[in-house]
Amino acid sequence: MQVQLSHPARTVEVKGPKKVKELLRELNLVVEAHLVIKGDDLVTEDEMLYDVDQIEIRPVISGG
Amino acid sequence: MNCTKCKTKAVISLPRHNAAFCKGCFNGFVHDQVARAIKSEWMFGKEERILVAVSGGKDSLALWDILLKLGYRADALYVNLGIGTYSEQSHAKVTKFAEVVAASHGATLHLHTVEQEAGAGIKELAQLIHRPTCSTCGTIKRYQFNRVAIEQQYDVMATGHNLDDEAARLLGNVLHWQEEYLEKQGPSLPASVEGFAKKVKPLYRLSERELAAYAVLNRIDYIVEECPMAKGSKMLQYKEVLNRLETESPGTKQTFYWGFLEKQSKKQPTATTMTEKDRAVLHPCTSCSQPTTAEVCSYCKMMVRAKTVVPR
Ligand SMILES: [Zn+2]
Ligand SMILES: [Zn+2]
Repeated sequence: MQVQLSHPARTVEVKGPKKVKELLRELNLVVEAHLVIKGDDLVTEDEMLYDVDQIEIRPVISGG
Repeated sequence: MNCTKCKTKAVISLPRHNAAFCKGCFNGFVHDQVARAIKSEWMFGKEERILVAVSGGKDSLALWDILLKLGYRADALYVNLGIGTYSEQSHAKVTKFAEVVAASHGATLHLHTVEQEAGAGIKELAQLIHRPTCSTCGTIKRYQFNRVAIEQQYDVMATGHNLDDEAARLLGNVLHWQEEYLEKQGPSLPASVEGFAKKVKPLYRLSERELAAYAVLNRIDYIVEECPMAKGSKMLQYKEVLNRLETESPGTKQTFYWGFLEKQSKKQPTATTMTEKDRAVLHPCTSCSQPTTAEVCSYCKMMVRAKTVVPR
């Protein structure tokens, strides 16, 4: 699956199927600091992701 | 995972509340938390005029959106700091939200551009006066929000500070034992003297992740990109550490910050309260008449220095 990341903006390819929780762990990302968006929808950590899915992992932390 | 309330498919889980919600129930949860914050901290009522400080980021736009949907009279102010494309993009997001969402509620957006005021963007300004960009930015924003709130006679100023912001700031203050700052870390600061607007933080019960989720679910278009000046800041480091702890033990951030608030509220009133202390040391700036502890306020000092270095 195609996974879009920010800070800096980049795209990585990850092999599915895989749960959201496992995807974050594999990329070494903390759940509390990220949202996972599949297509246009927000998904929870137990959602299964497949190779055809378009995923965005969006960081939620800002400087302020 | 299903919604704790209505059992349909959940879009977000909230480990710190032992809950998961669908979009509708999550919006209800967010509005509820803000309504609770407003009520329990005596922030404002339905008749009062509120000025929201918006930056184009998720928190402040979500705050404006929530207040309007809860039926409050909330206008907003955007301060354009002239940080290249970052400011251009955030300005565009704010304008779009004002036109698409806020206007239908009869709300107005005020604008202030730093470049017009000082003849230089924030980065140039900070370099000129040898101060870190983020603190220069903070001084300008605080000054302009207070100025507009007072001039346009708003009853209260609201900022988008969330649970993560407050917990990170508290951690920083505790790590350095800056006790004098702890007093001012409450979510509701009264207008202690004439010329200072009342300041409130209605989002202190919601985490940064919850606010980002609210923005995504409600199609609020915000600037995801980080302010280029904030990269590697201490605040970001504190937030990262707290989020690692939160992921391992959900509820850590709220226990830390809300626990602090509870302790503060139970404290025996000390000899001098913050308001009394402020009254004792604050008086009008000789140049602009906003309250200050010095003869000339830090904003006016900064502008004088900027103008002496670059005569225009
Ligand atoms: Zn539901
Ligand atoms: Zn002044």
